[in-house]
Amino acid sequence: MVGNLLLRGMLVGILAGLFAFGFARVFGEPHIDSAIAYEEAMAEASGEPAEEEEELVSRETQAGAGLLTGSVVYGAAIGGLFSLVFAYVYGRVTSFGPRATAGLLAVAAFIAVVLVPALKYPATPPAVGNPETIGERTELFFVMLVVSIIAAVVAVALARRLWSQLGGWNAGIFGGLAFIVIIAIAQYALPTVNEIPDGYSADLLWRFRTSSLGMHAVLWAVIGLAFGAVAERALPAGARARTA
Amino acid sequence: MSDITFAPEVRPVPIPVREILPWAIFGGLLMILGIYFVGAEEGATTLFSSLSTHEFVHDARHLLGFPCH
Repeated sequence: MVGNLLLRGMLVGILAGLFAFGFARVFGEPHIDSAIAYEEAMAEASGEPAEEEEELVSRETQAGAGLLTGSVVYGAAIGGLFSLVFAYVYGRVTSFGPRATAGLLAVAAFIAVVLVPALKYPATPPAVGNPETIGERTELFFVMLVVSIIAAVVAVALARRLWSQLGGWNAGIFGGLAFIVIIAIAQYALPTVNEIPDGYSADLLWRFRTSSLGMHAVLWAVIGLAFGAVAERALPAGARARTA
Repeated sequence: MSDITFAPEVRPVPIPVREILPWAIFGGLLMILGIYFVGAEEGATTLFSSLSTHEFVHDARHLLGFPCH
């Protein structure tokens, strides 16, 4: 049954990846093009010889097949992981039906996996970022991601533990508070990364970052809504326990 | 009233952990490998000595918010 859920999760993830690709293609790509144009203009202004970088992969491929492949592979992987977490959470952490469980799990995951790490280390368009610090930045990004996921697990566990004594509302408030405190400490303690060149277009940066969040929002929305629908059919009547 | 999702009369039955675990290990590793290739290969670390994976998924990596270069 879990294998079946995993397969369904990956298929839903591929579907979500296609939607995310569509969004990114329309709302994200123009900003990448602007950023690359800016990068080239800066290089020219600083008197560097008009370097004809040999392109390994053309811009058309990067914005087309490359973006599609990246979105779909990422979507399938996220969908697969989502289905495994769902298999554990369903009937154990929540007593909701499959669709409500999947929807709530997707909202929680979007906050913990996308939103919170992006507050500290937001997406950066081309021409931002020093290639020499890529190792450090990648490390910090994943540390923030892992801390955020742990904080979410701690928050849910705490809320569940307090539920019977304090009731749902108060337990939820304490769980949320625990999440915020852990995240606040982590984001305060971790070093800030700012490698934005002087004079870089603030508007371009903002639009690029919102389109990045939008792409993730589309991905998680499709996963949360579609996975619930297909999981409902995969779960046997006993595990489903629908009130007929 | 059978479709009130938030007030189920019967609690759904959890899937036993021993049933989830093998899939979680197998699937988890596979999924993380997938995310690695989209997000980090040929950035901070490299399994293959070229830049073609990095360049191919370049735009997806930027838009998905992974540190790129």
